[in-house]
Amino acid sequence: MDEAPGLGVRKADGRTSVIDIKGDITAASEPALMAAYEEAARQRARRLVLNFSDLEYMNSGGIGMLVTMLVRANRQHQELAAYGLSHHYREIFELTRLDEAITIYDDERSALAG
Amino acid sequence: MSENQGSQGLPRDAASWATKVDRLTVEGGRSGGINVAGRRLTGPVQGFGKMWRKTYWFETGPQLSPETAIATWKKNFGEFWPKASRFKGPLTGLGPGDVALLDVRVGGGVRLSTGVFVLYADERSFTLMTPQGHMFAGWITFSAEARGAATRVQAQALIRANDPLYELAMGLGGHRKEDQFWIHTMTSLASCLGVAPVAVHRRTICVDRRRQWGNAGQVWQNSVIRTMLHSAATAIPRARQPRPGPR
Repeated sequence: MDEAPGLGVRKADGRTSVIDIKGDITAASEPALMAAYEEAARQRARRLVLNFSDLEYMNSGGIGMLVTMLVRANRQHQELAAYGLSHHYREIFELTRLDEAITIYDDERSALAG
Repeated sequence: MSENQGSQGLPRDAASWATKVDRLTVEGGRSGGINVAGRRLTGPVQGFGKMWRKTYWFETGPQLSPETAIATWKKNFGEFWPKASRFKGPLTGLGPGDVALLDVRVGGGVRLSTGVFVLYADERSFTLMTPQGHMFAGWITFSAEARGAATRVQAQALIRANDPLYELAMGLGGHRKEDQFWIHTMTSLASCLGVAPVAVHRRTICVDRRRQWGNAGQVWQNSVIRTMLHSAATAIPRARQPRPGPR
């Protein structure tokens, strides 16, 4: 349950990078999440799109890590978006009101079209 | 089977999260709740002041399991608070979706009546989220985990002051009071768990130094002001009631 998530970072276009999240997101995921953020920043992304399609588990510590990433992105004037959230995780985003700061899309195509 | 789902069709964490609510409700028959019912939840994204991550923890030997520590904390949450503050939660302990009322002395004879919402709870952690008007916008997670030969018991808040008045108060001794509050709480918990005396450690990180001026208007929801107004409004009719004359 506390395993670090497998995160892939790929450049989607000139200004957008996609972070593919796989497995669990908890407080223990901070190093992996921040490493992925740094990689996206190296790609000079102005938009970061989080792909949650393969998310298997997230606790409240994981939500806190997403807030930390959001703050870092805002500081660099980067936009944060997400797709691939199941109904369950979309409701958690709404409950915690993270959806007011991270735009949620249904799929990758609409997320990249932004 | 859709994305994010396990073999049972639900994610492993499904039972640990509260069901989505738009506004808080307070069960009938429970007194108080003047600044809770009808309020929206506020996360660290919605607050006004600087964002802080505050961590308080103690470590003890492996004789204390994380599950025991968290079960005890959930069941008796308010009993570990300083005596001047009151916490009214479910008698059976805190579970996802529960709303608890609190009445906290904030200094200078001023009280804060507000509440918290149980956002998440499992066997090793639980998280409380604050409503509009609370001193903080954000959440605080209470957790326990095995670390080598030790068990670490921790409270970690990710918070912003909810409005400019609270932000000012935090700069005028609020942070110190907050630290004292949680160090007292964790010391009491350790004592209850039979692991006292313990050293309670503290780490404070400013996650975001920016203030969110767009949220300054949240001062209208300020629960300290509303608690004072409520106290005044209930005191005036009592004062106007005719006193029994001499017989």
